[in-house]
Parts: sequence; structure tokens; C-alpha cells
Amino acid sequence: MSATATSPLPGGGMPGTVPEAEAAQATSGKPVLWKTPVLLSVLGIVAFIFFGLMGSAQTARFGISTSEDFFQLPALEIPAMAGGIALSILMLGLAAYAVYLKTKSRPVAAWLTITFTVLFVAAFLLWVVGGARTPSISLAGLIAGSVTLAVPLVFGSLSGVLCERVGVVNIAIEGQLLGGAFTAAIVASITQNPFVGLLAAAVAGAAVSMVLAVFSIRYLVNQIIVGVVLNVLVSGVTGFLFSTVMQADKATFNSPPGLDIVEIPILSGIPILGPILFKQSVVGYLMYVAVIVVWVGLFKTKWGLRVRAVGEHPQAADTMGIKVNATRFWNVTLGGAIAGIGGSFFTLVAIDSFTKEISGGRGFIALAALIFGRWNPIGAFFAALLFGFADNLQSIVTIIGTPVPSQFMAMLPYLVTVLAVAGLVGRSRPPAASGIPYVKG
Amino acid sequence: MPEERHPKHADQHAKPHRTTPAADETAAEVAVDTAGGAMSPSAVPASAQSGQLPGGPDTLVRKIFTGSGVVSVLAVLLALVLGGLLIAATDQRVSATAGYLFARPTDFLSAVWDAATRSYVALFQGSVFNPRGASLAVRFAPLMDTLTIATPLITAGLGVALAFRAGLFNIGAQGQIIIAGILAAWVGFALHLPLVLHLLLVLVAGIVGGALWGGLVGLLKARTGAHEVILTIMFNYIALYFLRYLLNTPAFQRPGESNPISPILDPTAIYPQIFGSQYRLHLGFVLAIAATILVWWLLNRSTVGFEFRAVGANPKAALTAGINVSRSTILVMAIAGALAGMSGVAQVAGTEKVLTDGVAATYGFDAITVALLGRSTPWGTFAAGLLFGAFRAGAVQMQIQTGTPIDIVLVVQSLIVLFIAAPPLVRAVFGLNPRRKKPAKAGKTPQAATTGGAA
Repeated sequence: MSATATSPLPGGGMPGTVPEAEAAQATSGKPVLWKTPVLLSVLGIVAFIFFGLMGSAQTARFGISTSEDFFQLPALEIPAMAGGIALSILMLGLAAYAVYLKTKSRPVAAWLTITFTVLFVAAFLLWVVGGARTPSISLAGLIAGSVTLAVPLVFGSLSGVLCERVGVVNIAIEGQLLGGAFTAAIVASITQNPFVGLLAAAVAGAAVSMVLAVFSIRYLVNQIIVGVVLNVLVSGVTGFLFSTVMQADKATFNSPPGLDIVEIPILSGIPILGPILFKQSVVGYLMYVAVIVVWVGLFKTKWGLRVRAVGEHPQAADTMGIKVNATRFWNVTLGGAIAGIGGSFFTLVAIDSFTKEISGGRGFIALAALIFGRWNPIGAFFAALLFGFADNLQSIVTIIGTPVPSQFMAMLPYLVTVLAVAGLVGRSRPPAASGIPYVKG
Repeated sequence: MPEERHPKHADQHAKPHRTTPAADETAAEVAVDTAGGAMSPSAVPASAQSGQLPGGPDTLVRKIFTGSGVVSVLAVLLALVLGGLLIAATDQRVSATAGYLFARPTDFLSAVWDAATRSYVALFQGSVFNPRGASLAVRFAPLMDTLTIATPLITAGLGVALAFRAGLFNIGAQGQIIIAGILAAWVGFALHLPLVLHLLLVLVAGIVGGALWGGLVGLLKARTGAHEVILTIMFNYIALYFLRYLLNTPAFQRPGESNPISPILDPTAIYPQIFGSQYRLHLGFVLAIAATILVWWLLNRSTVGFEFRAVGANPKAALTAGINVSRSTILVMAIAGALAGMSGVAQVAGTEKVLTDGVAATYGFDAITVALLGRSTPWGTFAAGLLFGAFRAGAVQMQIQTGTPIDIVLVVQSLIVLFIAAPPLVRAVFGLNPRRKKPAKAGKTPQAATTGGAA
């Protein structure tokens, strides 16, 4: 009886040697080439009717300079309806060009969709502000606020990029952010040093990631299951410790010293750009550094090439002598550390204490940003900015009183993501081996 | 459900190199599941779907103790122990006795034991049987509470489980519950109809709402290839914000109320209470049992269910066999949505009787853990729903009695699922991993060589 079971039989080819690319194709469907031109046209018409013809007769006022700037620019004053019509005609022009390109069987260039998106957002903003009770907002404040709100999203989506590029789906971004926020708060409170807190947040994020890595790489558990469960676990553990430890002694455990805003003299006085680039907290500056480093690392270095190879075709990578599972493990861990730093933003910069569920689903928006940014750090960065913008606009909208219910503004990032993954906005293709465990053999 | 797999075939690939037996075992399993990594893995590992353990013949006793049923029990045990340690770690008396740990370790250990057991006893009393109750009816009230809370967990869990079996990850139960809740509640308070008809219409409205919301995801996936995980997560938020919007409109907000809350549903639209007005338990629980039977029949006895399982096992093979995969995807998501919709109805027409933005609580997310714990089988999901319902019901009592925060339930719940998903880990913790089947090793230990009966 034992004889049959003990001898590992030689040979016996793998049951299937179909390359991943084919499997991915089978599930992702064929590209529908008419999608983008048609969608752009529809959006253009919608913009023309709603933002143009149905625009308000008021004049929208956008303040550009703040009193701290070293030179002042006059505020932009645009009649809402005329501006809306002008912008939507530009959009329709772009849509027509896209249709023209299609008839010539040429692909729609990326700049076209990006310009279209910018125009659409501008027209939307004009419509929202023009229809408000007080049709005046500070553009500088709006953009600066958007960047601030986008900071955790950017870190979260970078974590997602690093994980998915190496072939591990990271649904646990939310948990990594939350873990980072909690650890930053508690460690910074005990040590009274926000930088130690920042470091601890990175460690906590990495720890959450390591669980993801161990279960998905070592035990080959479905990565989505682990991700979903990890979010619940982190939420439970931080909630539990918050109620038992932090609530009991707030002064010792939940009063982290904040990270101050570091202002770079002169440069921070540049209108609009100054506050977003040169008037940030350490975490904010780290965000820019991280985006650039991850982008350069992934696309310009030998390490990045290996990472992407592992994410696209692990068998090929293995054949070339790359340790697939080790690469995956360390990349996922690094991603967690980055998301952890993003989490520290909540407790060290935005608010000065931890509360339950402080990340409030932003990990999922980060996931959306990563997809909308097409698994590219720079793309994810701008997608996160767009979502931060929507988030910020939502709170401003409630203050100035506009026709759009704030709930719909809050819904926007999710709707946009659905459109993105449904392939309506270009084609979003994840790394081929993302989500598939690699078994050597 | 006897699913045919080939353990011996799997063994052929478990090469005797540096990896541990546990990793080898799972590796072999996944190699079979995913055709060597060429295919994305099924949402539920094959090991979780059937009760068999891969690996060659082993002793009967060992088989019993390493079987998946035992692994489930051990996973629950392990999760409870870890949860208990977390409770003890934050306990006042434990930290006090830890100060003189080396002087009198028994104090410390008994404090640890006390802290953990006190919470779990309270949990049990709050969820099953309260011995301090004045009458028998009161003593069993916790059990009724458990069943009430389990109702939406079971139906939503069934939805998630059904999708799992078809290879789809339905994270969207939350959104489906919300949309179903919106429709059911609206029918419940805006329309005024006769007794039976009204409740029936409420139920249908909720089921249709959930089916549409789920089916939409299926449609998008089938048509565009978008991943259902991303879609369902996004749809959850869209549904939530839509609900919040509605609760601020005159059509849904209770007149004269500034909070986002709907009018109370008509008495004709409410589920009748099964055991009288003293218990919260309502008709929804009976419907949950019916739904479980229905899903069991659907999966195991119907053609449609066979198609679902075939698509879940291998979409390409299913396509080759002439199964319409797109249709299956849409249909399974719609049915999953309909089941989650029943949870929405149970919430608005049974437990809460109004619509608030907390209508889905965390039932939609808990449903995922319920389905995973239930190994995506209908009756497994039912049992898991009861267990997690008991956790939820008991946690409230536990917090009142011992001050242990409700969040501990989340910890235990997620740990259970994590452990269940990784049977080799659980077996390793309890030292139950199947024996290494290597002749070389046998040579090293003479005892094994003699007892092995090599000849």
C-alpha cells in the first residue's frame, strides 16, 4: 500500500502548457474599436446639452491667487452658459476627430482622450459653480485640497501597481492603509516622534502585505480571498485595539504629534503650483518621490524589467533564472510598506488622532485609481488626483450649494472606474499573470 | 458532491526537492486546478469544494483527522484561541499580573484564561442560551436573535457561494442588498395593498432589484470582459451613495424628519413573526431555509446548475462543450443578486422595518466569509451563516457584560476564513500534515522502514 504512494513517478508532463496570454484573452474579450469614438461623441453631446444649453446664466468666478502668493493674478470670470457651450463644442470637435481617425482605421491617440477628459472636467466644474448659490470658488484652494485628499490614494495605488505588476492582486490596500494609520498613531504617540510613527506605518503596511504574500505565494490561497479577508482582519484588530487600548488612555496612545507642513520659501508663492508642489507635509513630498521612483524603477531599470516579466509571464521569467516567488514576495512587501506610509497620512497629517475605519474605503478608490491609471504609476497618480478632485469638489459643492447632489459627486470615481474597466475608456488590460499563483514545475 | 479529481496524477508533480510537504501538496493541487498556472484559478480551490484530501492512501485515522471537515473545526478553534489571546493581551488584570509573571506565573495564566473564557462564555450566552433568564422563553431568546441575524447572512452567503461555484467572485452582495432594500422598502411604505399581496410584492420587488443589480455586473463581465471583483466593489459604493441620495429626497425621507430615514413600512408589508411577538424571528428565516434547498437543487440537480459548475471548473472546456458561458455568467450573477436581494427584504421587511443607509450593515461583506467558511455548498453556507449569526448576536451581549469590543468578532471571523483557505497551515499548526512519502527518508529512520512494510 505504501509502495504505490511513496515513489514519486518521473515524467508526466504538466496537464496544460497554454500560455497565460491566451487565457487572459479568453476572459478579457475582443477590443471593440468603435467604443472610444462613440463614447466621446455621446459625452460631448451630453456636455453640450447639460453644461452648455442648460447651463446657468450666472458668471462663475474662479479665484486663482491666494494672498500668500508673491504675485497676484486676477480671478477668472467666465459666463457659465457661454463657457459651457464653447468647451462642449471643443469636445465635440475632438469626438469628430476620433470618429475620423476610426474611419481611417487609425487608433485614437492617448492625448486625445486626456484632452477630452480635461475639457469635460472643466465644463463640469463651470456648470457646477455657475449653478451654485454663490458662484465663486478658489481654484487654488480646490486644486490644493484635491492633492491633499489624493495623497493616501496615490500611495495606495502605487502599492497596487507594485503588487499587480508582479502578478499578485492586492485587494488589501484598504487594510494596508488602515494598518498604517493605526500604527502611525500609536507609535508616534508613545515615542512623541512623528517620524518614528511614519517608519512604523511602513512596517505595519509591509506586515499586512507579508500575510498576503505568505498566503497567496506559499499557501497558494486565492489572492482575492486573502485580500478581502485581510481587510476585515485589519479592520477588526485596529477597531478592537482602538476600543480597548486607545480609548482607555487617549493621552498616551492616541495623541500623535502631527507632521508639519514644510514650506519651501519663494517657490511656494507661485500661484496654483506653489501650494501643491512646495507646501506639503513630509508625506506629501514623499508621494512625489515615490511616484517617480516607482515609475523609473519599473520601466527604466533591470529590476523593473524582471518584475514586469514575472507579472506577465512567470514561466518565461523562471526560465531566465528569475526567482519568481521571491520576487513576488518582496515586491508585495514593498508595496505594503508604501501603502502603510500612505496610511500614516490620515493620523499624522490630516487628523491628529485615530478613529475606527479612518481610511473609509479609500483603499478601494486607490484600487480604482490603479485600474483607471492602467497599471502605470504616473497614470495611477493622475487618476488618484482626479478622484481626490472629485472628493474635494463634493465637499465644496455642499458648501456653495449647487444643483448636483453631493452623493452623486461622491459616486463619480466609482462610475468612472466602471466605465474604465468595461473598456469604454480605452482598453485596460491588467498584467497577464495577475492573480494567478505560480507553481514551479 | 463527488467531484472527480486525480490525486495520484497530482502526486506525479510533487517533486521531492527542497519545498516542504505542505507546499508540495498545495502546489500539486493548484497545478491540477489551474492546468499548471495557464488558467486563472477557480474562485474556490477544489480542495474546498469536495471533502477529499489529495495525496495517496493513508491510514484511516489520519484521513479522519486531516479531512476538510476536521480542518474546518480546527480552523475555528485556532481562530478562537488567537482571538482569546488578543482579548487577554488587552485585559487589565492580565497586564497587572504580567508585572510579577516570574514570581507567580499561575496568576498570570489564570488571568489570561479568565479574560478569554469570560468573553466567550458571554458570547455563548448572548447567542444560544442564557441560563439566567427568568422563563424558558427568555432563556432561548438569544437563540432566536441568532437566527434572526443569521437570516440575511444565509441568503446573501448563498448568493456569494453560488457565484463562487460558477467561478465568479461576487463581492457585490452589499450593493445588491441595498438596491433590493430600496425597492422593497419603497413598495412597502409607498403602496398600500391588501395583506398577502403587499408582502408578496415587497418580496418580488426586492428580489428583482437584487437580480438586476447583480445581473448588470454579469452583463458587463460577459460583454466587456471587465473583472467582476472590481465591478462589484464599485457597484457597492454606487448603490450606497444612491441610497444616501434617495434618503434625502421627499420620496423616501420620512415626513417631518431631518435624518436620512424612510417611513415605517406598512403592517401589511412586514414579515410575520414566527414564534409570536416576543421574538424578533420572522418569516425571512423560513424563506432562507427554502432558498438553501432551492440552491441545493439548482446546483446539484438542475441542468442550469450543472452548467454553472462546468463554467466555474473550466470556462474554456465549458465553451467547447457547447455551454453558453456569457449566458451562464449573466444568469448566475442575477440569481446571486436575487438571493442577496432576499437579505435586503429580510432587513427592511423583517428586522428593521424601515430603510436607513445602514440597511445592509456589513452583511454583504460578511456573506463572503460565510460562503468561504461554508465551502460554497448550500448547507455549508447555511451552517456558516448560523455560526456567524451567533457571533454577531453574542458579541452585543459580550460587549455589555465584559466590555470586550464587538470588533473581536471581525478578527475571529476573518481568521477562520484565512485558516480554512489554507488547510496545510492548519494541519501544520496541529502537526497533522500527511506523511512525507519519500523512500529516501524511510531509509534514514529504521523504525519507519520496518513499520512501513516495504516488501
